[in-house]
Amino acid sequence: MANSASAPLRRTRATGRRSPLASVALLVIGLVATGGAYAAFTSSATAQSTASVEALVNEGEKLFIANCASCHGLSAEGTDNAPTLIGVGAASVDFQVGTGRMPMAASGPQAEVKPTQFTDEQTAAMAAYVASLAPGPAIPAAEYLTGEGDVANGAELFRINCAMCHNVAGAGGALTEGKYAPALQDIDPVHVYEAMVTGPQNMPVFSDLNITPEDKADIIAYLAYLDDNPSAGGLNLGSLGPVSEGLFVWIFVLGSIVAITVWLTARSN
Amino acid sequence: MTVQTESPATTSEAQAPGTGMRFTNWAANYIDERTSISGAVKEFGRKVFPDHWSFELGQVALYSFVTILISGTFLTFFFQASMAEVHYDGSYVPLKGLEMSAAMASTLDISFDIRGGLLMRQIHHWAALLFVAAIGLHMLRVFFTGAFRKPREINWVIGFVLFILAMGEGFTGYSLPDDLLSGNGLRIIDGLLKGIPIVGTWISYLLFGGEFPGFDIVGRLYVLHILILPAILVAALGVHLILVVVNKHTQFARPGSTNENVVGEPIMPVYAAKGAGFFFIIFGVIALTASLVTINPIWNYGPYDPSPVSAGTQPDWYIGFADGALRLVPPGWEFVIFGFTLSLNILAPVLVLGLFIVVVMLYPFFEAWVTGDKREHHITQRPRNAPTRTAIGAAGVTFYAVMWAAASSDLIATHFKLSIESVTYALQALLFVGPIVAYIVTKRICLGLQKKDREIALHGYESGRIVRLPGGEYVEVHEQLSDYERWKLVSYDDYQPLMLRPNKRGKITVSERARAAVSRWFFEDRIAPVSKSEIEASKHH
Repeated sequence: MANSASAPLRRTRATGRRSPLASVALLVIGLVATGGAYAAFTSSATAQSTASVEALVNEGEKLFIANCASCHGLSAEGTDNAPTLIGVGAASVDFQVGTGRMPMAASGPQAEVKPTQFTDEQTAAMAAYVASLAPGPAIPAAEYLTGEGDVANGAELFRINCAMCHNVAGAGGALTEGKYAPALQDIDPVHVYEAMVTGPQNMPVFSDLNITPEDKADIIAYLAYLDDNPSAGGLNLGSLGPVSEGLFVWIFVLGSIVAITVWLTARSN
Repeated sequence: MTVQTESPATTSEAQAPGTGMRFTNWAANYIDERTSISGAVKEFGRKVFPDHWSFELGQVALYSFVTILISGTFLTFFFQASMAEVHYDGSYVPLKGLEMSAAMASTLDISFDIRGGLLMRQIHHWAALLFVAAIGLHMLRVFFTGAFRKPREINWVIGFVLFILAMGEGFTGYSLPDDLLSGNGLRIIDGLLKGIPIVGTWISYLLFGGEFPGFDIVGRLYVLHILILPAILVAALGVHLILVVVNKHTQFARPGSTNENVVGEPIMPVYAAKGAGFFFIIFGVIALTASLVTINPIWNYGPYDPSPVSAGTQPDWYIGFADGALRLVPPGWEFVIFGFTLSLNILAPVLVLGLFIVVVMLYPFFEAWVTGDKREHHITQRPRNAPTRTAIGAAGVTFYAVMWAAASSDLIATHFKLSIESVTYALQALLFVGPIVAYIVTKRICLGLQKKDREIALHGYESGRIVRLPGGEYVEVHEQLSDYERWKLVSYDDYQPLMLRPNKRGKITVSERARAAVSRWFFEDRIAPVSKSEIEASKHH
């Protein structure tokens, strides 16, 4: 009924605001505005003085005060419950908010990954605000996030620097007091990079002097290789190593063999 | 005995055996005249095997060992047991150009560049895991059914040696690829050796040919893995099997099966055919697993480098109990005395494990001493009918299982969202409390089951059929057992606590006192088997 009422209406007002071209024009304006703001924000540090960045920072501040300040303090100075965010940089905000770790659902050993609470624009605004407080690691340039690079170098660096906590195949591992290093399958490259430069939760910081941006790109390439290439040997049993293999042999292999022995020696009734 | 060897044209087909049969006869005679083997064939071919699923577990171990030998031989054709440095140039991209030992590079070649190599590697490794698991289950069967009693104590010890050798084979094999995982495992062995006071460092340098990891260890382990250990293993396995034939197989009590006979199928021909078929089933299960499921992806671990350790670094399951024992030691068990470091954090678990192993190995002699039973036993017991032994076994299994679980404490923590410290504390407590609880619970369950058996033997099953008597009374009809069924429930060895008596010289020795005390612990709580008179009496009401 609503449809039959609106259909003639649309037909009568096919010009002006309701012109088919109007929505296209609106879309173009919107895209140019957001794309331009994003480009202005990410392009260089000198662009931060432009008005659009200032608007983004202001919007970020509002979002920060509404959603983060209760723990991190009204001017991000930190409280007893949460650390200061002055100097953590845009990368840190993009990682914590972009993976859904922040805002935390509840205090616990560490912040858990969950569905993100903010849109990309809102996250970018908060990142801009936090970055405006003090210099810190910026969101990495796209050239390091392609997943293309020297996989062998990345694998070696991964084994030396990351595997202690994250396991050689990125399957994750335990830390102290209920904390853990998460599994690294299918993680957005930008978050991998940001984690390395900001050292979230219990992770150490791997600065550019420690691992160069190119090396970081290689590590990302190795993780992409693991995601794209399933184990050559078949099911990987979670890539957890001998424990899952041992459980498999006892439960499934020996289990099925015992079932077979029972069947073979069964007497007909 | 003479065999007709003339041309078949002169004899009619109805009278003479066919060509094939005559050839078999001729060949058998040819061999027998030169080796006198017929005696052995007669003895061995007529060996009788009773049928019960749990009696097949030893065969599972045997057949997985055969699988290991076959697949291992294939691997030796391509594996290079050398720690010479090479640059990997095979097809696995994430390791291309990396420096590694020839051992690691050749293992990668087996996995990626040799046709069927990865399948063979996975068959070899899965079969190895199954081999030790089947031995473990086989040992549990022998233990819980009392099949280690006279005359089989020696064979228990030999079987136990086989178990240790299998673990040795497994560990040396695990260390051969020289990947990160195997190198970490060897580092722990190095640490264990260095923890031994005074001689430890010397032994470590001797084994590794200098400071760990050196350039010798892979070659040395290879000789152990493919020559010395298999040679000893095969020899011990031969003795084990011969003793199985000499001692005859045990059997469960059932009508016709007595302590003086063995009821079952003779090896020739049916059982041998079944056994051969069973081998192919085992081989098939292993091959299926190996073709579907990855094991030890050394390409993830990369070449050994003493600096990295991966999260979730564990030994193969059968060494897990030792790794777990190390993990359960509380912090700070290391003391410096007169400038010497005493590493109790290593010595304590090593001593405990050593003691545990010796106790398991010598248990048959201990039980023989307690019971003072010098008779031969060919009828296996149901676990419930030896409550104290079964409870001791359950305690031992729990002790082992806690250490085993401790080896995966980190994975328990991540997968069940626990803190690794709490997991460790819980397992530390369980290591002591668990076996005691398991002992008490198992013993009570055994006694309860014995009571139930006794009840059923005397009064039959509750049939669920309610009958109204002419007087109006309702009774449930009990279904009586047949004599055959009852026999299974009432025929078991009954031991009573040792009565302390002076010996010939009128003295009560200390060892006799100890024996009486242990005997009381073993047999104080007991359910006597139903006697003949009790059965007779029960039939009259």
